[in-house]
Amino acid sequence: MKELIIDALVENLDKVTEFVDAQLEAVDCPMKIQMQVDIAVEEIFVNIAHYAYKPDVGPAKVRVDVSGDPSVVDITFIDHGVPYDPLKKEDPDVTLSAEERQIGGLGIFMVKKSMDDVSYEYRDGHNILTIKKALGAR
Amino acid sequence: MLKITKKLEERTLTVEASGRIDTTTAPDFENEIKDSLASVSELILDFSKVEYISSAGLRVLLSAQKIMTKQGSMKLTNVSSEIMEIFEVTGFSDILDIE
Repeated sequence: MKELIIDALVENLDKVTEFVDAQLEAVDCPMKIQMQVDIAVEEIFVNIAHYAYKPDVGPAKVRVDVSGDPSVVDITFIDHGVPYDPLKKEDPDVTLSAEERQIGGLGIFMVKKSMDDVSYEYRDGHNILTIKKALGAR
Repeated sequence: MLKITKKLEERTLTVEASGRIDTTTAPDFENEIKDSLASVSELILDFSKVEYISSAGLRVLLSAQKIMTKQGSMKLTNVSSEIMEIFEVTGFSDILDIE
């Protein structure tokens, strides 16, 4: 298990992505799955950066755990900002026309669609969001 | 990292994006497109070198589509199967003209 503690700022996104990718590359994760995981990581980390500590800055903990054969990755995001369960957000209507489309909620919707499991809990003053994805055959 | 190359021929603007369209790079992508849209009736977004797009990038595509619906047309070319899957999941394959 590897852990990164970093200020929840949008400009730190590249560092978070690099950290996660290093763990995925170590187990030869297929490129397509790596992209899906990167997107999920971006949507969740940017959410924390935008909402958790406003207008202050606070830390986000990103924990990556790769286990099993074939490999499964679990990534946990922990912050102690305002309680917020992004999974409660209503899914966007993806059948509307361009003119009618609202863009809100699209990010977390992409996370739910592409990951095998997404869970949230608020415990001891912390938001804890975990995503799980099977990395497929080596 | 995202590199953007633009070519304007008469009223057709071709924008080639190369790299990742994410929260960090999407604002540049949006500005580069919008700065050049006056008098453009056809916008072509060449996606052959786009490796990644998150919801921040999708936002830019939707906003460009709304502008071009009013003043002409917009299409995406050379979309990889990985990016196409993102468009399908989010319903963007129905609202964008993808060649």
